[in-house]
Amino acid sequence: MAAKTIISRPIYGTLSPQPGTHHLFLADAEGALAITDMAARAPGGFFDGAEIVFIPGPDGQYVAALEALKPAQLHIAPSFASLLPRLRQTLTNAHMGLRLYLAGTEGLIGQAMQVALEAGIDHTSMQTEHRGSLARRMQCVHCKGITENVTTQPATCSHCGLLLLVRDHYSRRLAAFQGVCINAEDRSEIPPMEEIFR
Amino acid sequence: MGITFRKETFRDDFTFRNSPEHIRRFPFPFHEDSYMYAVNIEPHVVGPKGSVLENLIDVDEHYVAEMQDRALVLAEDPLRCQSLPHMTLAGWDLLELLMEQQALGYPEHFTLTRDGDRWRWINRPLGIDDTFTFGDTSTLPYGPMEYITRQSQGDFCILDQRDGNLWMDAGMVTTQADWSLDFDIGMNFFEWHAPVPLAHEKGIFVRALKFLTNIQQGKPARRLNWTMTINPRLDTSPENYHKWGPDRTTVTPENVGDKVHLRVELQSFWRLPRSNGIVFPIRCYLIKMDELVTQPKWARRLHRVIRDLPEELANYKGLTRYRSTLVEWLSKLDDGSPTSPGFGPD
Repeated sequence: MAAKTIISRPIYGTLSPQPGTHHLFLADAEGALAITDMAARAPGGFFDGAEIVFIPGPDGQYVAALEALKPAQLHIAPSFASLLPRLRQTLTNAHMGLRLYLAGTEGLIGQAMQVALEAGIDHTSMQTEHRGSLARRMQCVHCKGITENVTTQPATCSHCGLLLLVRDHYSRRLAAFQGVCINAEDRSEIPPMEEIFR
Repeated sequence: MGITFRKETFRDDFTFRNSPEHIRRFPFPFHEDSYMYAVNIEPHVVGPKGSVLENLIDVDEHYVAEMQDRALVLAEDPLRCQSLPHMTLAGWDLLELLMEQQALGYPEHFTLTRDGDRWRWINRPLGIDDTFTFGDTSTLPYGPMEYITRQSQGDFCILDQRDGNLWMDAGMVTTQADWSLDFDIGMNFFEWHAPVPLAHEKGIFVRALKFLTNIQQGKPARRLNWTMTINPRLDTSPENYHKWGPDRTTVTPENVGDKVHLRVELQSFWRLPRSNGIVFPIRCYLIKMDELVTQPKWARRLHRVIRDLPEELANYKGLTRYRSTLVEWLSKLDDGSPTSPGFGPD
């Protein structure tokens, strides 16, 4: 987990079963393990009212483990972008009593939370658990482009090419950390690039 | 007699200057020879004639030029002015406040006449004479917040109050000291202040929030904040940091007096009557070192403040690259004699 940092940086917890009539899980890659760990603590029949939307990692693991929970619905999606229309529709039609559980990479948690916020769900009511990669989703403050899966410090903006300091300052609305040009004052200063968000 | 508005620029050839009267009214932010964060909030009441507090919303000789610079920034980057959908009523509150205050303080330049919801606003310096229906956005060329803040000096943040917190849900921010409205919009008080060093540990923001959420209508409050800017540039946004950042490498012992500017923010806090929001005007005053040191007390004090500033603060304020050049230059104007208490020049 991340070291001590600033207040706008999200803090993630451990998924725990909430009272409610409908449970919607979104997870990617190792996020599946947060769900299966929680299942061990869930009351009997908990997953009868649950929908799991899962984006497997490149190794395709954990689908069978989620199937074994026998959720009311298990949807496997190839990417976050591909599940977006479905997620929006589900949240639009949701009733009181829907509980949201987000698990996996920060990018997945952040983007799912962004859609849920737009649907009017308070961020403090969502269960989150970080698992897997520490790769960051970063917005370039200069060109406004989003770069996905940033693992280095500094990082190159995939849109405008500026070399950016990846800050801990985080916007839930944008689901992104802020990237600010690291050598704006003197472009000839090129700090070494280190892989620190693995 | 009214104000003589200067023709000047805050970019390219940087012709911004302060007249001798404006140098003496500059809101020098240090009341003693050192600086550390404090919850330095006080009631925003009218101050001495000839000071920046003579009126609660100050209009000065830079008004017209600042509004022209704002229009240039907005044309390049419309995201500097944003308002979340629930903030329109607060925008009308702000329009009322700024029209009333500017007309009250400067009747020769601004006139507001009201006939029920039918309002007429005359802004002579900018050549505006508009009649509109208060509360009906379709009768203005912009939303109410954007309309009036294109005609008012300073940045404006409108904060929504809910869940015991303040939320940065609308703003016009074109003269900021390196923070991004586009990134911070929608954040609560602690989140948008997250990058500020040292102050969280001191409990500054917890106490400040408590104070601000209790502000009452008709009883505004204020505080001063400061930083330094190279060249009289209003738009020191993070968005354009890669464009203005290189200025910081251009300071030499020969040009300190002309290039280095003290940048003071007069921040005030007002409860809005209909929306129960808080508006937070951040009025920016610039003064170059050559102008500032015409007041010997300020020269001595600024030398001591910058010399003794904790390194973390100097870094946060972006002074690191030219601090030693500035301190060396100022040291020649400091004979070590004591400074009188208080902010003003001797």
